[in-house]
Amino acid sequence: MHWEYVIPGYLAVFGSLAIYTVLLLRKARRLAAQVPPEKRRFLHD
Amino acid sequence: MLGVLSAVGVAALLLFGLILSPPDVAQADSVRLFYIHVPSAIVGLYLAFGVTCLGSIIHLRNGSVFWDLLAGAAAEIGVVFAGFTLVTGMLWGRPTWGVYWQWDPRLTSTSLSFLLFLGYLAVRRLDLDPAVRSKRAAILGIIGFLNLIIVRQSVQWWRSLHQGSTLNPVDAQIDGLMLFSFFLGLIALTSVFFWLLLHRFRVAWMEHQIEAASVTTALAARRSEAADYDGLAGNT
Repeated sequence: MHWEYVIPGYLAVFGSLAIYTVLLLRKARRLAAQVPPEKRRFLHD
Repeated sequence: MLGVLSAVGVAALLLFGLILSPPDVAQADSVRLFYIHVPSAIVGLYLAFGVTCLGSIIHLRNGSVFWDLLAGAAAEIGVVFAGFTLVTGMLWGRPTWGVYWQWDPRLTSTSLSFLLFLGYLAVRRLDLDPAVRSKRAAILGIIGFLNLIIVRQSVQWWRSLHQGSTLNPVDAQIDGLMLFSFFLGLIALTSVFFWLLLHRFRVAWMEHQIEAASVTTALAARRSEAADYDGLAGNT
């Protein structure tokens, strides 16, 4: 009972998390191509 | 390592939250939303916005770029988790209260927090001097976190449809598997938060490097132009 609320809730959370993660990693890869390797990580600076 | 822990945690949460934990006597299966709603609220509102507030305070004290960028990264992820809190809360509210939304103190103050930190993210994108922009964002980050005191206490201060603390730390009146699923949700989403924070900070750091490089290039171009002008003026 109430699965019609539970399933959309889980889909919204984990679907959004997956989309956000993919977009974030793609942005990181795109930016990494524009920044010299020695300046890509805070700890290396 | 953290990424693997997050993935395993999420898989285990889906298994326990959707399949292995039993339905509640009163709430039936809608109790399963509790395993993502409450952890999202704790991670998004208190942990993420707490990091933003801490970073903002340190940035205002010593101008640290690291803490400024970390505050911004945590705020963005916090907004995502606060959004999860609102959506799952609405989906839980419909079968439990009969409505998706009520202008109840807890719900209203939580949505205000969500909007405040959306505003914080908007301020961080303003086309201003980076130091001014960071300072304004830091002030808003602290104000946004102060609003969480109202969120936390709203169910005590006003008559609220939203229940108070569900879990008594001394004597949790909840089935063992349900309690386990709840703590699994909390650990999994906390791990996801820190993994995302690492990557979001890295993105922010690289954006900062690109912005700093473009400023350096622009300054060099202006100095070169000025030198050329001085040279021309000297010749005449």
